Amino acid sequence: MPEIASGAAAGAHSAAPPIAARLTGVTRVYPGVGRHPPVQALGPLDLELQRGEFFAVVGPSGCGKSTLLDLIAGLSRPTEGVIEFEGAPVTDRVPEGVGVVFQEDASFHWLTVRDNVAFGLRRQGVAEREIAERVGHAIAFMGLREFASAYPAQLSGGMRQRLCIARTLVLRPRLLLLDEPFGALDQQTRLLMGDELLRLWRETGATVLLITHALDEAAMLADRVGVMSARPGCFIDMVATGWPRERDSTIVARPEFGAVTARLWSSLRAESIKAMGTLA
Amino acid sequence: MTRAGSIRLGVVAGCVAALELACRMRWIDPVSVIPPSKMALGAWKVIASGEYAHDMWLTLENVAMALGIALVLGFSGGVLLHRFARLRRAADPLLASYYAVPTFIFYPLFIVLFGLNRWPLVAIGVMFAMVAMALNTLNGFERVSPSLRKTARVMGLSPFRETFLVILPACAPYIFTGVKLAVVYAFIAVIAGEFVLAGAGFGFKIAFAYNNFDNATMYGLMTILLLVVGLVNGALTAWERRLHERTGGR
Repeated sequence: MPEIASGAAAGAHSAAPPIAARLTGVTRVYPGVGRHPPVQALGPLDLELQRGEFFAVVGPSGCGKSTLLDLIAGLSRPTEGVIEFEGAPVTDRVPEGVGVVFQEDASFHWLTVRDNVAFGLRRQGVAEREIAERVGHAIAFMGLREFASAYPAQLSGGMRQRLCIARTLVLRPRLLLLDEPFGALDQQTRLLMGDELLRLWRETGATVLLITHALDEAAMLADRVGVMSARPGCFIDMVATGWPRERDSTIVARPEFGAVTARLWSSLRAESIKAMGTLA
Repeated sequence: MTRAGSIRLGVVAGCVAALELACRMRWIDPVSVIPPSKMALGAWKVIASGEYAHDMWLTLENVAMALGIALVLGFSGGVLLHRFARLRRAADPLLASYYAVPTFIFYPLFIVLFGLNRWPLVAIGVMFAMVAMALNTLNGFERVSPSLRKTARVMGLSPFRETFLVILPACAPYIFTGVKLAVVYAFIAVIAGEFVLAGAGFGFKIAFAYNNFDNATMYGLMTILLLVVGLVNGALTAWERRLHERTGGR
């Protein structure tokens, strides 16, 4: 049976590995526009991501999941609180070592797959020989070798998302932030992409934070799942799945998988109803 | 050639052949319209004589100048409208009704401003072409997905590099559509202006030949003009199609 820990404190392990990222008292308030009052989108929120951990965040629509990712990435600033990556505060620049993959297709449509993947390395001034080597490896790793000279428009949605992951992966991020990267894909492709993501995570040793709507996806991929409340989003539950590091999508057939998913839903159901009421 | 291209070519060739037949059979009064074969001959004579070379160059120069200025002003205007939402809100109704204004009414004003030379016509060309460029530039910038902008930031690009390496390439297909429209509008404005307002140029020479019942020259000049504009537009359309194919219609 997986270990199902209760409460936000479940994130704090004894003899824990080094912390990759830490959020302390983080809130995000969007200022009011015209007659509309300010909106508190997030927090106050505390979180520790352990190095090499696969952490997933689930929550109702509009609870601030993507806002959380933007804050950790340094794409926006918290209204209150402190965010640290490897001990250094995250300000308004994306820290070196952080990679982000978005739900929306963010491939550069004017560049070939190879040039897309090489883009970040060229900006960093890496030598061409090393670029060729690293790009070739990333493209092969994501199964895009046959399409290296293709343009993104010639690829399927899943392949374009693999391209975006390869472009991030080639920069060797130590913290990989994924904002519903498989949201636009069909269920079978999502499961297979999940397998690839797990393989990537194991081989790179990166810390992964995955934002997702799909409870089964979070339950299958993550070591730990943070359940967020309706807006303003706070963690209301932390569920440690207890899966072995060597795992793939076949774990969905295990009885424990159902227990994890059921736990996530029982934590989330009331919040989802609340969020729907807010939306209505 | 694609099937659609073949059909298109067939339709044009069929129309030319039908006109040729109608003129030869005198179904159409030959004083009004001459057969396409004679139009082509007239075009060849116009080119071979060299008599109209000066006017042709004058027109092409005017179009090129109007286009160059319109592209710079239109692009800058599009960027400013994108950058400043309040300016855009203020300009929206003006832009929406812009092409309802007959631009040629400003010709006397431009003569007062620039003198009796080529610049009033160039100014009309600029006015005609500039807004199409501005609107398409604005459209392009607004269609750049927030994920692309965020990706640029994640890769540590400065705002300057983000603009040149990500934003501009991302909206290039839309900007290119603006360029294509600006070319067409610049030609229309300059030639129509020459037709009724100028004393030299391609449009003036067509009007001059028309007024003197010189059908061979008039249709010859019109044929050359159609070929030039068709070739320019065809080249731009092919280039634009390549750009859009790459984006998969995004």
